[in-house]
Amino acid sequence: MHHVRLSGQLRSAADNLEVIDVTADTIRELLFNIAERYPQLDAHIEAGIAVSIDGEIYRDNWNTKIPPDSEVFLLPRIPGG
Amino acid sequence: MAHDYSYTKQKFKVIGTRPERPDGIDKVTGRAKYGADATAPGQLVGLILRSPHAHAIIKKIDTSKAEKLPGVKAVLTCADLPDLTGGNRDLQNILENCMARGRALYDGHAVAAVAAVDAQTAKKALKLIKVQYKALPHVTDVDEAILPGAPIIHDWVFTRGIDPAPTEPSNISQRTQFGHGDVEAGFAKADVIIEKTWKTEQTHQGYIEPHACLASVGPDGSGELWVTTQGHFTFRNVCSSLLGMDVAKLKVTASEIGGGFGGKTHVWMEPVALALSRKANRPVKVVMSREEVFRASGPTSSTSVDVKIGAKKNGVITAASAELRYQGGAFPGIWAMLGAMTSFACYDLKNVKTVGYDILCNRPKVTAYRAPSAPMAAFGVESTMDMLAAEIGMNPLEFRLKNAAKQGTRASYGPVYGPIGIKPTLNAVKNHPHMRARLGKNQGRGMACGFWFNFGGQTCVDLNVGIDGTVSLTVGTIDVGGSRAAISLIAAEELGIPYEQVKTNVADTASLGYNDMTEGSRGTFSTGMATIFAARNAIEVLRERAAKMWDIPVDAVVWENGEARATGKKHGNLPRLTIKQIAAKAGNTGGPIAGHNEVVADNAGVSFASHICDVEVDPETGATRVIRYTVVQDAGKAIHPDYVEGQFQGGAAQGIGWALNEEYIYGDDGRLQNPGFLDYRIPVCSDLPFIDTEILEIPNPNHPYGVRGVGETSIVPPLAAIGNAISNAVGVRMDHVPMSPPRILKALDDATSS
Amino acid sequence: MSAVLVSTTVNGDTVEFACPQDETLLDALRNRVGLTGVKEGCGTGDCGACSITLNGRLVCSCLVLGVEASGNSIETVEGMADGNKLHPLQEKFIEHAALQCGICTPGFLVAAKALLERKPNPTVEEIRYALAGNLCRCTGYDKIVRAVQAAAKEMRKKK
Repeated sequence: MHHVRLSGQLRSAADNLEVIDVTADTIRELLFNIAERYPQLDAHIEAGIAVSIDGEIYRDNWNTKIPPDSEVFLLPRIPGG
Repeated sequence: MAHDYSYTKQKFKVIGTRPERPDGIDKVTGRAKYGADATAPGQLVGLILRSPHAHAIIKKIDTSKAEKLPGVKAVLTCADLPDLTGGNRDLQNILENCMARGRALYDGHAVAAVAAVDAQTAKKALKLIKVQYKALPHVTDVDEAILPGAPIIHDWVFTRGIDPAPTEPSNISQRTQFGHGDVEAGFAKADVIIEKTWKTEQTHQGYIEPHACLASVGPDGSGELWVTTQGHFTFRNVCSSLLGMDVAKLKVTASEIGGGFGGKTHVWMEPVALALSRKANRPVKVVMSREEVFRASGPTSSTSVDVKIGAKKNGVITAASAELRYQGGAFPGIWAMLGAMTSFACYDLKNVKTVGYDILCNRPKVTAYRAPSAPMAAFGVESTMDMLAAEIGMNPLEFRLKNAAKQGTRASYGPVYGPIGIKPTLNAVKNHPHMRARLGKNQGRGMACGFWFNFGGQTCVDLNVGIDGTVSLTVGTIDVGGSRAAISLIAAEELGIPYEQVKTNVADTASLGYNDMTEGSRGTFSTGMATIFAARNAIEVLRERAAKMWDIPVDAVVWENGEARATGKKHGNLPRLTIKQIAAKAGNTGGPIAGHNEVVADNAGVSFASHICDVEVDPETGATRVIRYTVVQDAGKAIHPDYVEGQFQGGAAQGIGWALNEEYIYGDDGRLQNPGFLDYRIPVCSDLPFIDTEILEIPNPNHPYGVRGVGETSIVPPLAAIGNAISNAVGVRMDHVPMSPPRILKALDDATSS
Repeated sequence: MSAVLVSTTVNGDTVEFACPQDETLLDALRNRVGLTGVKEGCGTGDCGACSITLNGRLVCSCLVLGVEASGNSIETVEGMADGNKLHPLQEKFIEHAALQCGICTPGFLVAAKALLERKPNPTVEEIRYALAGNLCRCTGYDKIVRAVQAAAKEMRKKK
């Protein structure tokens, strides 16, 4: 079980929760599970989302494993210059 | 094959050396081919007609006279660019930005285009196109755009991110929020609170090469595009979507690029060039003038930012908050969101809250500019930090050190940091001789910190071993500032061969798999990572081939210093096989020898910088001169230190220009008044001192060599570093960038009279 | 407007081209002579990317008409190297990593060469002011100034 924290605007799509508890081994599983529970988050995931695991930001690789007890944070996908 | 991304403390032979870049001779002899340097048989000249209005309904476009002019081969309006986006709003916005659809949204918005046999004819044709406009009220200021009664730019924009969802359209496209803790409780505990509004004006990336492309599309729906771009694969995807072409049938070749800084991550006139070519059935070259670049290609936001920071007398920050209003031009953007994420990223804060408002204006569509949105937020935050330090009587450097984010800190944008480098950069500043240099009259010293995320992304690399043992490396990120040299170094390091035996080439979209854009400081990070893995794959093949040549098991073959060595009692006495010897026999041992890698290179590793700046202010004129400048930044590992220093220096120079001179000036008529390098003044050689650099190397745990992105962070601190230096020089706190002579003079006058 | 036949010398070679009367020398060099090493950054004489010498004098070719080249002598970046031997400025620009994107480099090289011919031992300040008409957006000018200093030293040694 991971306590997944949500950044500001994602919270409004998840009943204004700051933290949701999700069980997942990979980013793909995580996003699938939360979108099933909070369908409004699906639009955010489609628009682009990044997942921070222990402070490292993953934008693309949904196969990335989420270690047990790791800190997981969802934030919007961001571009560079 | 799965590869391990982890940092391994590998001992390097060539990484960290400074060899000459492989494209150097082409670039000093004029041989290198940039966007405007290609030609094709039968090529036409394409030109674009642009709106002189900030906001207007386009009632009618009469192209009949232009079409009849001899030598004109195609005239284009939005009618020739039907909406094929299937309702995808992002693509619709790109399409509408390329060519107005019934309404001009900013001064410079494209309304029609022509292709003709030569420039003279094309210019005449543009004049023959008659457009009937009905001017509409406009707004170009970020704060005015959200006042009641401001003209609404789009009736389909309803502010996202507020609950309940609004029912009226607004110029605020989205509200975003980041942070943690309870800021009200935090401020209640503060002994001192500083609260202030900071403004920055709009600036342009200012690459010296204007946008340019050569498009060629045939009636069979196949086409080619030669273009100056930071992402030819993305351009291919976007252009083919907008024009209804098959992705595989559009080959995009990235020319050498004359600077991008984010501005060449976006298509501007390229889809129009392709559409002109398709209509004329001839190649069409479109080259923007400098005026077009300023009026109609992505500048960065103008901003207005409220910052509030509270601290105890002992220097501990109890709470920090910011409201950030960023103008994104005529289409919705995410720029305020980026400002809201980065603003307090340097600090360890228990209570922090940032709110971003992305705002529409009648200005050109904003696009990324080097660490997009971070410099403006840092200007407000880092200036406020200095004011607060002064108020509690603490040295501003010690104040920052006391509150610096460290491993385990929850970042203001959410996640908890891994090993990071803000404290080491501050300590390096503290120990730098620059901090102890003497200052003269009207001189002052300032410092500031900066943060940027850095990104990786989709990347692939082909590595082919030639019959003589030399190696050609095919990459899909472009070389903006020497990355071919860095990537060649990496291949040489892994294979154990001399740098000179590797040649790195940038492939077109038909010759290599998809690569994301060269943005987010990712070029050397991600293509370097793919190169490491491609080289390791090639080494596996080389070992197998050597084993076959020796007729021994592959397990008995190791790869060392560019050679295969047989190991063990039984085979240890075999003479080594060089890469050249193995390559020469490739045809007899299984065919060409190659290594490939496709990777999603996430984890480019966040990056921090601290800058020191000395200025001298002339109290008579308000003119400010930077007399000494030092950049300290964490690079993780500098592959080719010359080009890392170059990134540090270049970003600092752009930040200095932004801080002191550069700004978009709009008239009351909503038109840009200074679309040229004479009146939009970027720093020239005589404006700047040498820019000292100190490269810190705190390894990124998620790259085999520890590399972090280095390209962007250096533009973040200068605005505030200079503002702080000016304050220390002449005692006025500048809250509006650029800190141009008239603004400084006014601040000095106001200070004297009060 | 009819074209004019222009006969001129470019990098030591006699060149002839037909040029519309309102066409800049920059466009003529790029599109009619094929010397695309001469770059256009602004077209208004503000960036120096199109720097050439006209009878030994440093000019922005975007501010000169093509027809004005008639009977005169032009030098561009393409003429800087002596056969396969690079000019010391070209060598030092590569060695000192004085270019990143490289679009401004031809203009800088031509302007720096004009400076060193006039002043073989310039101070840093003289270099900075002599090159103030050439814009570079990548480097912050640091490595460019160092490369010019190094080339000047090299050229003085050879004399």
